[in-house]
Amino acid sequence: MRPFDYYRSNDPADAVEAASEKGALFIAGGTNLLDLMKLDLMTPNRLIDINRIGLDEITPSDDGGLFIGTLVTNSDCAADMRIRQDYEVLSRAILAGASGQLRNKATTGGNLCQRTRCYYFYDPDMPCNKRKPGSGCSAVGGANRIHAILGASDECIATYPGDMAVAMAALDAQVVIEGQGGDIRTVPVRDFHRLPGDQPDKDNILRPGELITHVTLPPPARGRHIYRKVRDRASYAFALVSIAAVVEMDAGKIASASLAFGGLAHKPWHDPEIDDLLIGEAPSDALFDKAADILLADANGQGGNDFKIPLARRTLKAVLREATGERS
Amino acid sequence: MKDTTLRINGEERKLSADTRTTLLDALRNHLGLTGSKKGCDHGQCGACTVMVNGRRINSCLTLACMHDGDEITTVEGLGEPGDLSPLQAAFVKHDGFQCGYCTSGQICSATAMLEEIKDNWPSNVSGSLTGEAKLTLKEISERMSGNLCRCAAYPNIVDAIREAAEASS
Repeated sequence: MRPFDYYRSNDPADAVEAASEKGALFIAGGTNLLDLMKLDLMTPNRLIDINRIGLDEITPSDDGGLFIGTLVTNSDCAADMRIRQDYEVLSRAILAGASGQLRNKATTGGNLCQRTRCYYFYDPDMPCNKRKPGSGCSAVGGANRIHAILGASDECIATYPGDMAVAMAALDAQVVIEGQGGDIRTVPVRDFHRLPGDQPDKDNILRPGELITHVTLPPPARGRHIYRKVRDRASYAFALVSIAAVVEMDAGKIASASLAFGGLAHKPWHDPEIDDLLIGEAPSDALFDKAADILLADANGQGGNDFKIPLARRTLKAVLREATGERS
Repeated sequence: MKDTTLRINGEERKLSADTRTTLLDALRNHLGLTGSKKGCDHGQCGACTVMVNGRRINSCLTLACMHDGDEITTVEGLGEPGDLSPLQAAFVKHDGFQCGYCTSGQICSATAMLEEIKDNWPSNVSGSLTGEAKLTLKEISERMSGNLCRCAAYPNIVDAIREAAEASS
């Protein structure tokens, strides 16, 4: 690990100011950042410890939703009774990820910023445009079983690995961000992560020194909340395909539907056309196939991950059957 | 160098170390507490599990200087020869190990995990998120999935945890 200065901040504005220096990074839970620093894959010259700046509570918002402070741990978020009762898909997604130890450390803001698990990103001896822009992508034509089938570019086929953000995308949560001089901006989770394009080193829209302060959940969405994660082990593994679904039925028809997908792209994938197709329709296999057709219209396998295309279709159909079926 | 004060197993310990020092390295190399083990050093195996302010974490994935004033419990703080904690005694009784390298992490993790169950935290395999947390085989396996045992002593580890939990409830 490269040497760095350590600064503990006690206040969000102070933390943002301290992070304005080039090469400074925030540290919260640190479970991904320190992992990467040990391998010299991230080399900040200054760490701003934000663990004691507050922002560690879940509070009601004026419109009936919730503010989740950026330092609320994954464990606390998943166990919060309001989240368990009203935003079950979010609790389920968080509990499907990592281990008990990691969830106790990992934070809401940090989880949004976690980096890909592409094998080549983690291997300093191999070219990787995300780690070293312009060096090439080893995953194209290499081992790419876990890689993207949607929205990838010639420069990068990495996936965003998380679960929490997939549920937040289905719920249409917002990320509240504080910048220099107290500037606040709000960005939908659906737009927070970006596609790789020709800048795969940029995972998301955060500018240097900007601090995520909260994630805002809208008022509770009624209906059935499902998070289904398909992976190589039953626990403690990243998603090959995951789906967050919030679907409400009324008189045999789909009254509302909001779906988001993990493991398929450089960001949690949300396609409003899928939701629009489903709303107002009676559930049927043909309808679910049409939804999968929309999802996978531009899907592109890279060899090792070709299986994700039929797997995504089957998983989507299974989730929709469960979401629209009789409650057991 | 950074000065840090930790409360470890009820005792105040002062540390002056490079900012890069992980909590695990501080415990093992600076403070002589070698019960916590270094397996993967990347948060994947759980051998380094300790409790910070009552919660289990991977001590390899956090910096000692981030924990100034925090309450740390290591396996040395749970019990000692002749005065084992119920979980430690149950691991011995059920032969919950072979080589023993993962054992202190397993025991620290299980100690905190039983508190999480008492606090009624749900898990990925809980049928209902709002019902009572139960200590079934499936629940124990899921909740302990952050602790690997390369000798695969899992059945005996689960038996030990179940017995210790039943004895305390």
